[in-house]
Amino acid sequence: MSAPAKPTCFQELILTLQDYWAAQGCLILQPFDMEMGAGTFHTATTLRALGPKPWYAAYAQPCRRPGDGRYGENPMRLQHYYQFQAILKPSPPDILERYLGSLEAIGIDTGLHDIRFVEDDWESPTLGAWGLGWEVWCDGSEISQFTYFQQVGGIEVDVVAGEITYGLERLAMYLFDKRSIFELPYNRADSDVPLTYGDVFLQNEREQSAYNFEHADTDMLFRHFADAEKECQALVGKKLPLPAYEQCIRASHAFNLLDARGVISVTERQSFILRVRDLAKACCEAWLVTQKAPALSAAAGAA
Amino acid sequence: MAEFLLELLSEEIPARMQARAADDLKRLVCDGLKAAGLSFADARAFATPRRLALVVDGLPAARADVSEEKRGPRIGAPDQAVQGFLKGAGLSSLDQAEKRDTGKGEFWFAVVTRKGGPTAAALPGIVDAALKALPWPKSMKWGSGTMTWVRPLQSVVALFDGRVLAGEVAPGGAMAPLPFGDTTRGHRVLSRGAIKVADFADYTAKLEAAHVVLDPAERRKIILEGAERLCAAAQVALKVDEGLLDEVAGLVEWPVPLIGTIDPAFMDVPPEVLVVSMKTHQRYFATARSDGQLANRFVVVANTVARDGGATIVDGNERVLRARLSDAKFFWDQDRKVRLEDRLPALKNVVFHAKLGTQAERVARIAKLAVEIAGHVPGADRGLVEQAALLCKADLATGMVGEFPELQGTIGRYYALSEELPAAVAEAIGDHYAPAGPNDRCPSGPVSIAVALADKLEALVSFWSIGEKPTGSRDPFALRRAALGVIRIVVENKLRLPLRRFFEAEDLLAFFAERLKVQMREKGVRHDVVDAVLALGGEDDLVRLLARVEALQSFLGGEAGRNLLTAYGRAANIVRAEEKKDKALAARLAGTPDAALLEQAEEKAVAAALADVERALKPALAAEDFSAAMAAFARLRPPIDAFFDKVTVNVTDKPELRLNRLKLLNQIRATMDSVADFSKIEG
Repeated sequence: MSAPAKPTCFQELILTLQDYWAAQGCLILQPFDMEMGAGTFHTATTLRALGPKPWYAAYAQPCRRPGDGRYGENPMRLQHYYQFQAILKPSPPDILERYLGSLEAIGIDTGLHDIRFVEDDWESPTLGAWGLGWEVWCDGSEISQFTYFQQVGGIEVDVVAGEITYGLERLAMYLFDKRSIFELPYNRADSDVPLTYGDVFLQNEREQSAYNFEHADTDMLFRHFADAEKECQALVGKKLPLPAYEQCIRASHAFNLLDARGVISVTERQSFILRVRDLAKACCEAWLVTQKAPALSAAAGAA
Repeated sequence: MAEFLLELLSEEIPARMQARAADDLKRLVCDGLKAAGLSFADARAFATPRRLALVVDGLPAARADVSEEKRGPRIGAPDQAVQGFLKGAGLSSLDQAEKRDTGKGEFWFAVVTRKGGPTAAALPGIVDAALKALPWPKSMKWGSGTMTWVRPLQSVVALFDGRVLAGEVAPGGAMAPLPFGDTTRGHRVLSRGAIKVADFADYTAKLEAAHVVLDPAERRKIILEGAERLCAAAQVALKVDEGLLDEVAGLVEWPVPLIGTIDPAFMDVPPEVLVVSMKTHQRYFATARSDGQLANRFVVVANTVARDGGATIVDGNERVLRARLSDAKFFWDQDRKVRLEDRLPALKNVVFHAKLGTQAERVARIAKLAVEIAGHVPGADRGLVEQAALLCKADLATGMVGEFPELQGTIGRYYALSEELPAAVAEAIGDHYAPAGPNDRCPSGPVSIAVALADKLEALVSFWSIGEKPTGSRDPFALRRAALGVIRIVVENKLRLPLRRFFEAEDLLAFFAERLKVQMREKGVRHDVVDAVLALGGEDDLVRLLARVEALQSFLGGEAGRNLLTAYGRAANIVRAEEKKDKALAARLAGTPDAALLEQAEEKAVAAALADVERALKPALAAEDFSAAMAAFARLRPPIDAFFDKVTVNVTDKPELRLNRLKLLNQIRATMDSVADFSKIEG
């Protein structure tokens, strides 16, 4: 098979990464259907990073960071953007070579470019998670984050997952030499209807920024936070970690919106983060119980 | 004699940890060798981003038997202790041990003979122990293993005398062990496949061929020389930055310096901003023009030899820098549309500390304090001080400081200058965080001094008031640095600042005294001299305090001082001994002795000399001429010596005489103690 041509637009970048990681044995999952601040929140990462079972998966995940909205006026910042995430558990010994292979696949020729692994430890206070790794630089530009998870939900992992996160817009700007996200070609220039990233998302950035900063109903969001928190705790009590975790994600997003609206003081902020962390921790603990029990098929005697 | 070569290949090791790790590896292996009775000629350790390597020369091929004694528990000790001893010594019963009297009782002893043998047999255990003990600042697990290392360990070269040692590193869990071997890998991109090595010379040569420079010093040299060549060709001068050189040498295995250009559109942005963008964010070296100003060229060190000679890499790095600087330029242009003064309301929304309110409240406190301090700073105009203090934190609300927090203060200064505020105000805004450390510059302009002092004193007083005092290991608000900053500003500008006027807490003054002691110790001042001056208590004028310390140190350094100290000691010892016997005595010793009761010529001479000294002391102390005060003491020496030769203090039959003589001795002590507490001086 001839090598696939290198991507020329945003969607080909995603397709190429999907193909590449599928060939590495990863499941190609679809985005999680809830608002989240980073691809790490997907159950395919947060929950699957825990427990002894092997897990290889990759997916694109839309991320929302309400506070990063700039009404579409900053060429490098968005409140809604995409991450591509690959998670390999247990981390294979050649994971860095595989990662470098993905760079070649998307058209970064290591014979021409300078790739560096620069120390960068990762921590998510809301998920109670941390890991060690690097940010990966290509000619001085950060193009990925690489993390070996050590702890999730306050629990030390049994088996270490290697997590690779590509910030897709930033990577695409680098690959396609654009100074503004909105100028990125979303599909191929020779398409019937060639569109830019701005054609697809600029209006969304404007409207969502207005919502995030000006119109989000804060009383309602405080209620949503409290409701999600309560529901999450109740579901953990009923040993249903997956629906419980969705409520945790909901609470986290409500908090992010409230934070963007500027109605949470610095001291309160810390306590909200701790409340979300407590939820995440409870969900992770409940999930872990299900992972350490024998799998259904094994229980049926197939062990 | 044989050579031992060890290489630990891993994924990329953080630059800041490499040098220390190489040292630790060397230390641990060398300690292991010594403990095993293996002598060697030399050991050298190296680090690159992907490997730690160690070579030990001059090891013997085998070692002799080593006999070792182990002391056990006392004879008759509980069985548990005896069993522990036997187990530790590898004995099966006490019959194999012997009793020995150590002079402190009878103990069990075991004589254990450790068999010698081939060095190759001892090395794997030493390597294993060193790997387990190596203290990485942060370490991690990987895969399904249980071992921790800084990043995943990939292979181990362990060769003794050209032969692979029998051994392995077991990552644990379900992971396959990494057997000791003789193969490594070269540069991540420029080299493919395994490299077989025979010994250290072969190893370094083959690594070099595989685009890895093993020795960090060598990489540093390549970077420096290459960068200087590029700069010379571009007619600029490299701004050498040692810390950055070390860091960059730890980011590359095959350094290739390249020179890039800063888009001229950004050259009107303050140079500090350009430098932070280049150095801190991108690890580039800045360059200077012949007039010393920042030049629009930078040096980036790549870790690869590119097919196109680096053109793509330079272009990419220029692009990244352009993106960063266009942010900076945007802020530089936008921020200056709003006056610093008009940013003050925004500080009400910035919380300084949950218990200490907002930045706006803190600024109000700083301004009030700065104006009070201004009264003690010659030449400080109160109006300017207040203006500068009110504006000193305004840049925290600017976009530029949001993006470049490390430039707080510096940015405020630029904006103040562009608003054409008085130069002293702009400088004070720029200076008020200084000094940030022992090597940082210290503010010297009167307005700057007042604001910089107020910033630090306010922080100290505020954090003290909510009980956030630094502890041995924790100082999250950098209060030690603040106190040292106050000390430096006061001392270096010779300010007569009564510190106590600005706070109440007794232990805060003690905190300053403690910092001062640390600082003076570093400058080589005797700690007992400092203690002697501090013991006077209540001194909050640091300049006067230091003048006393200096005078005392130089007095004690001379013959006269040392002799007088002996005399002081004798006088003080006698008085102290008598005070101990009679608790009521102390109260009766105060004041001058009764002249009528002075019988012997020697005691009269001491009294006269004391009166003499006191007459000289008063004006000297008033003029803060402590050297003169100390010099006056020197006159006491001959009469005191004569006194101790001829006069008996404790005359048992004449209590009034005894008391009077004790008073005289006490007066010697009191007079000298008025300058420093000489009892604190150690011989």
